[in-house]
Amino acid sequence: MEKGKVRILIAKVGLDGHDRGAKYIAQALRDKGYEVIYTGIRQTPEDVVKAAIQEDVQFVGLSLLSGAHNQLFPKVAQLLKEKGAEDIVVFGGGVIPADDIPFLKSQGIKEIFPPGTTIDEVVDFIEKTLKDAAH
Amino acid sequence: MGEKTIKDAKERWENSTLKNFVAKAPERQKEFATVSQNPVSTLYTPLNFEEKDYLKKLGFPGEYPFTRGIYPNMYRGRLWTMRQYAGFGTAEQSNQRFKYLLDQGQTGLSVAFDLPTQVGYDSDHPLAEGEVGKVGVAIDSLADMEILFEGIPLDKVSTSMTINAPAAILLSMYIAVAEKQGVPRSELRGTIQNDILKEYIARGTYIFPPKPSMRLVVDTLSFCAREMPKWNPISISGYHIREAGADAVQEVAFTLADAIEYCKAAQQAGMDIDQFAPQLSFFFAAHNDLFEEVAKFRAARRLWAKIMKEKFQAQDPRSMMLRFHTQTGGSTLTAQQLDNNVVRVAIQALAAVLGGTQSLHTNSRDEALGLPTEKSVQIALRTQQIIAYESGVTNTVDPLGGSYYLEHLTDQIEKRAQEYLERIESMGSMVEAIELGYIQREIQASAYKYQKSIESGERIIVGLNRFKTEEESPQEILKVDPRLRELQIKRIQEVKQKRDNEKVNVILKKIEDVAPTGENLVPYFIEAVKTYATLGEITGALRKVFGEYQQQVIF
Repeated sequence: MEKGKVRILIAKVGLDGHDRGAKYIAQALRDKGYEVIYTGIRQTPEDVVKAAIQEDVQFVGLSLLSGAHNQLFPKVAQLLKEKGAEDIVVFGGGVIPADDIPFLKSQGIKEIFPPGTTIDEVVDFIEKTLKDAAH
Repeated sequence: MGEKTIKDAKERWENSTLKNFVAKAPERQKEFATVSQNPVSTLYTPLNFEEKDYLKKLGFPGEYPFTRGIYPNMYRGRLWTMRQYAGFGTAEQSNQRFKYLLDQGQTGLSVAFDLPTQVGYDSDHPLAEGEVGKVGVAIDSLADMEILFEGIPLDKVSTSMTINAPAAILLSMYIAVAEKQGVPRSELRGTIQNDILKEYIARGTYIFPPKPSMRLVVDTLSFCAREMPKWNPISISGYHIREAGADAVQEVAFTLADAIEYCKAAQQAGMDIDQFAPQLSFFFAAHNDLFEEVAKFRAARRLWAKIMKEKFQAQDPRSMMLRFHTQTGGSTLTAQQLDNNVVRVAIQALAAVLGGTQSLHTNSRDEALGLPTEKSVQIALRTQQIIAYESGVTNTVDPLGGSYYLEHLTDQIEKRAQEYLERIESMGSMVEAIELGYIQREIQASAYKYQKSIESGERIIVGLNRFKTEEESPQEILKVDPRLRELQIKRIQEVKQKRDNEKVNVILKKIEDVAPTGENLVPYFIEAVKTYATLGEITGALRKVFGEYQQQVIF
């Protein structure tokens, strides 16, 4: 698939206003040639799922720095499933302790990018996921 | 040597000694610059700072333009206030952490509130899911605030509260708790952040649109000017602007632009500049570029003094003094090789002290991963104590003053910040510049450039993109019990059962009635919190009248 056709939603769930990382990822992915939509801050899981379906995205990238990831990330994955949109791949980033990553993955979050992640690592993940899906 | 001037001598040195040396051993980079893109030369000399400029640019500490410090003898008299930002979980847990910090020699409290509290939702609000007690303590009503300060004499400590949109309501709760302790509000010392403009551009915990928000700020300025002379009713914050990605110049410029806006609003409400300006306080970040950071604090002081004197015609010297709190830069910490963060924090804290801060929070080594453990907080506090008692930098005022390099950078930052202020003024006002998205775009452009420079390897971050090691993830991370929300919800229910609900309804209705008028709302908030009306109920009444701010998504 061409990069331009790949649509990605970057979303800030929860109440924290720290969107430096989310905006960086959104802008950097756009510069890499993807179509990127950024929701802005303070979105509920319901808002995010609605936007993901409406915008017909293949990926949802969640960002959260307040520590509410164990509650809110799984909720997004679960709601997508309920809406029959579980083919949308969910990944996340932010201040997330390594201990929490196995739990989040078990809840349907495909990948977690901790602080220090580079944009190339995110791009590799997206490309690999697309390639795996094509097989 | 035969040269008549330093200029001649320097030219000769450049063309012979330096040139020959560099020809044999090339420099590491073609060009050098500070982290905020201030170009840096090989050498600074008296050509960059001449003695004839001394009185105009530097003067003497405790006097206009306050470049060297706001007090005549600075830390020879009193050290800065060591104030660690803390709070998590329930009021009981935070109360314990406060007592621990006071036992460890901390000299002031700094309260972190959870996000639902910061945006005016009670813990039982649907949007509070997952957030209760996470980044700070959950405060739903006066009942929580009473527990938070239980056993802490409010006439003895100064308390800083990081609260913005509902700042006036939390201040009202603090006043009510103090009254119960028998401490009159006029004796209370502390700060509410109450800086709503930076919430729109950097931090995100706004509730209402700018206009009614500015009115709430002015209400607190006016209330405190009248009734709380020892209180700082606002802490105009560059910290979050910097953390959102701004550089040092933008940090100074946008913070002072916000401050100018508050002054204009207070004047429009009929206040005299010298009536409230002495109570304004500021809050900056300290990052890694040591000299640039020291220069930043000095430039901010000088520029603010000039603005107050020339633009606002302040007469009282206290109106011209930029008093500030500093926090080391959270965004500079790495999740890799955590111990390296202790060193970063030490450099940053040193910059704050060399820059003449009035109070300081030092970050803990593990904050890129979550809330700090007690042990990490102790190292952070000890870092301040080592600077205070062992380094010797506290023995004289502005010890780096007169460094040719530092003075050059101070001039540069002041000049570039001044240019920003002129650009903002040409847009009408800071509120307009924010509404146009100009400020947000400027910050984002800097953030993007900075991150790119790390990813390209052009900027080295030790342990992150160079000198990497394989490491195990740290074992000890402080976690907040997710069941805490249920506890808070139970407490809200108990409070609502015990209180006189009739009285609550009457005062909430009264707030709705007063909100559209110009009358000061603070006395009504005090009355409301005393009935145990919840924070969510009080902001709810205001939301009905003021509406909510809708973010413009800029990226």
